[in-house]
Formats: sequence, structure tokens, C-alpha cells
Amino acid sequence: MSQLFFGYFAGMIAITSMMVVALRNPVYSALSLLVMFFHVAGLFITLHAEFLAAVQIIVYAGAILVLYLFVVMILNVKQDDRYHSQWRIAGFVCVPLLIESIVLLSGAGATDSGSRSLQSGPHDAIVADNTLAIGKILYSTYLFPFEVASLVLLVAMIGAIVLAKRDIGENDASHMSQTAVDE
Amino acid sequence: MTEFGLRLAISLTQIAAVMGIVVVTVLILTLAERKVLGWMQDRMGPMEVGPYGILQPFADAIKLFFKEDIIPAGANKFLFTVAPILCLIPAFIGFAVIPWGPNQTFEINGITVRPFVISDINIGILYILAFASLGAYGIILGGWASNSKYSLLGGLRSAAQIISYELNVGLSIVGVLILAGSLSLVKITDAQAGGFWNWYLFALPAPQIFAFVVYVISSVAETNRVPFDLPEAESELVAGFFTEYSGLRFAFFFLAEYANMVLVSCVAAALFLGGCNAPYPGTIMALIGLPSLAWVENTMWFAVKTYSFLFLFFWLRATLPRLRYDQLMRFGWKVMLPIALGNIVVTALAVFFYQQMK
Repeated sequence: MSQLFFGYFAGMIAITSMMVVALRNPVYSALSLLVMFFHVAGLFITLHAEFLAAVQIIVYAGAILVLYLFVVMILNVKQDDRYHSQWRIAGFVCVPLLIESIVLLSGAGATDSGSRSLQSGPHDAIVADNTLAIGKILYSTYLFPFEVASLVLLVAMIGAIVLAKRDIGENDASHMSQTAVDE
Repeated sequence: MTEFGLRLAISLTQIAAVMGIVVVTVLILTLAERKVLGWMQDRMGPMEVGPYGILQPFADAIKLFFKEDIIPAGANKFLFTVAPILCLIPAFIGFAVIPWGPNQTFEINGITVRPFVISDINIGILYILAFASLGAYGIILGGWASNSKYSLLGGLRSAAQIISYELNVGLSIVGVLILAGSLSLVKITDAQAGGFWNWYLFALPAPQIFAFVVYVISSVAETNRVPFDLPEAESELVAGFFTEYSGLRFAFFFLAEYANMVLVSCVAAALFLGGCNAPYPGTIMALIGLPSLAWVENTMWFAVKTYSFLFLFFWLRATLPRLRYDQLMRFGWKVMLPIALGNIVVTALAVFFYQQMK
């Protein structure tokens, strides 16, 4: 049963993520990305990580992708063919990847099932409350990387605001002089 | 396999019952809104269909079913069709984790059944937030696919508004989660039993009054209701994102809006107002010797709380004018967000010191 679900989710993730880059209409691309996020959340649920699944949907599907869609609609990119029909680059990237995956599949097929059944053992033991488990690990073992990551995000946010609103200082100055004149 | 079949049958029955209750509630709401607005504005409201106008919702429903379904010539047909459904599903799917009554179980053929909640999952409230955030897609895509300026502007406004206020809804809930120590709505409701002083709105280490205010305002904004109904501001945008919709598809958007109102009211009742717990310890039914009927009293309390919340929506609509777009954004990010964040800090400190003192 779980194999079946994994197969479905993995297959849909592969198909929809290819559709994200293959579809011509950027809105459709964003929508297939949405379907992909849902299936990734489904994969998390089959691993008993419900918290991650919910956060996956809230953050990626609920916030980030809506912003993408926002931008795509405002730009209204229609039939922009500049980045399509790049067969040479596609072939250059895909042929090595294909060969690599064939080699991996043929070589590792025999030992794969054994190692997977070994790995699934400890997974079932920590089903109890994965939200609590994540919180405890995040605020004890990984406290420093967690804080550094939040700091990096804060810096990125400030950077984005500074880049997007270059005229903050000038505007304030002109506004100030304006009010001074008014008074 | 018969066990699986029985489980499936029980679940489907529960789902059908909940869907039925929600749809009936929406029907009642459409009438109640017009009546309440009417009374508040010194009018009678709808009076023509049936005695005292009580059959008006059915007349509205029949009218919407039989209207011609128009798809504009320049519209993207696929997305134009999908958008109302995308709006409706998230609104209904959240009801799966709402506990309507006491947390009691009974057994049929060795299968434990919880009659008052379809599914008690351990991330209940996150599940609701996750699907509530998807409602925005129906609105944006509906606005975009209509190929109309008014619809597109309405859809984009709604996207910005829902993202901004969703954040405040999520943050205002965190205080309750800290107090309850769980994400499951059933556990949160159970923790508030025994009198209104145990409700998280008033509960002792850190009363969530500010969080409740933030939640109420943000949930009004998230459901696109007056005074935050900018996505469909009729004086500027005709009807916003559903300008081009007619007939059944319009009915879907309408149903989604009202189902969302019911959902946020249920969440508010369950998180802040003690859910199905009465404002006094225990139940009257248990006192007069009928403990097996206590669930009636509990579900009634849940209904009372939910409906008084819904009345608040109508009240706001009758009294407040619409905000301007920049006022809305400034209010969301510069007033609501700091209050919600401050509430989290205060609650966390209060709970920490409370546990230290014990």
C-alpha cells in the first residue's frame, strides 16, 4: 500500500515538475507547481511528518506561489519565445543525466530493496508527536543553524527593501522640505 | 475488508451530515444577513417569498441554478471553469477537523467512532490554515481567467489582502497553541472545559483578548467581508473578481464566501470561546440526571457561539464603511502584525514563568 502511494506521489511530482518548465503559458506552469507542492506534502504524510506537510502547503502553496502568480499576471507574459526551443542546451544537459540514471538504476537495483526495508524500521518508532519532536530538535541540537538561517532571511528582506525602494531617503528629504515649505 | 467498508460508510455518513449542516447554515445565513441588515437599517428585509420571507433562500438558489451560464469570449475557458471549484473546495474541506460536540466515542462492531468530529488529526489547526490559504487561488485565477480589467484588479487586490491577513490569523492563533500545547482542535477544546474562566479568551496565565481581537479583524479581512471587501468593491470594480461570472459558477463563489465565514466562526469558537463547552462547569443535563443527553447541550453551545460570531459579521457590514486599499495594508502590517507578535512574546513568557512557579 505505501509503495503504491509512493509510486503515485513520486510519479506525479516528476510529471508536474516537468510540466512547470515545459508548458508555454506561465500561469499553467504556476498551477502545475501548485499540484507538485501538494504531492510533496503527500509524500511527507506517508513519512508520518504531518507538520512538515502542513507547513509545506501553507508556506509554498499558500504564500510563495501566490506571489509568483501575482507577478506572472502583472507582467502578463504571453507568447514569449525567447527561452523556448533551446534543444541544444536541453540535449547537452539531459543526455548525461539519462546515462547517469540508467547506470544508477541498473547498478543499485539489487541491493535497493534490502536497504530500504532496513531504513523504514526506525521511522515507525517516532510517530508519536512529530511537531513536538521537530520543535525540540530545532531549539536544542540545531539552535545555532536555525538562528543563523533566520538572520540570513532578515538580511535578505532588508536587502530587498533597500533595492526595491532606492528613493526612501530622497523621498523623506523632499517630503520634509515640502512640509517645511507648507508650514 | 468488511471492516474497511464499515469505516468508509461511517466516514461518508459523517461527511454527508457535516456538508448538510454547513449548506443549511449557509442558506440560513443568506436570509439572516438580509433580515438583520434590514432591521438595522429600519427596513423589513425580504418579505415576499413564503411567510415573513423565510423561503427567500430557496428562491435565490433556484434563480441561480436556472440562470444562463455565460463564458466571456476572451476568457480562458479551463481556468474560468476551475476557479469557482478551487474556491469552494478549500472552504468546505476545513470542516473535517472541527469538533462540533463533546469528545466522546462509541463502538460499532469493534470500530471506535467519534460522532462529533470527522477526523481528529494531530495538526488540525494547521490543516485548516493550509486549506484556507488555497482559497486565494480560486479568486486570483477567476479574476485572471475572466479577461476583464475589473476582474483582474479585484483578483490581485484579493491576493495581496489574503496573504497579508492570513499571516495575522496564523500569528494570533499561536498564543492559544502555546497555552494548549497541541495543534489538535479536539485537544484544544477539551483543555478549555469547566467554566468560561477556562476559555482561552480569559484563561489565566495569559488571557488571549488581544489575540482574539486580531483574529476577529483578520478573519473578517480574509473572508473578504465588509469593511474589508476590497476585492469586490462595487463602486470601483463593478463586482471585483466575479464580475464576469453568472449562474451556477457565481453561486459557487457565493457559497464559498459564506462557507468560509462559517469556518472562521467555528475556528474562533473552538480556539478562543471554549468550543462546545458550556460557560459553567459541567452540563445542566448531567445535573438533572440525563448525562447521556449532555451532547445536545454541548452542540447547542457550539452553535450559539458560532452564530453569535456570524451575527458580528452582519453587524460590521451594517455599521462600517469600506476601508481604502492603503489603509487596509497599513492597518494589517503596522497595527495587527505587531500586536499579534507582542501577544506571542507575552504569552510565551507568562506560560514559562507560570510553569516555573508551579
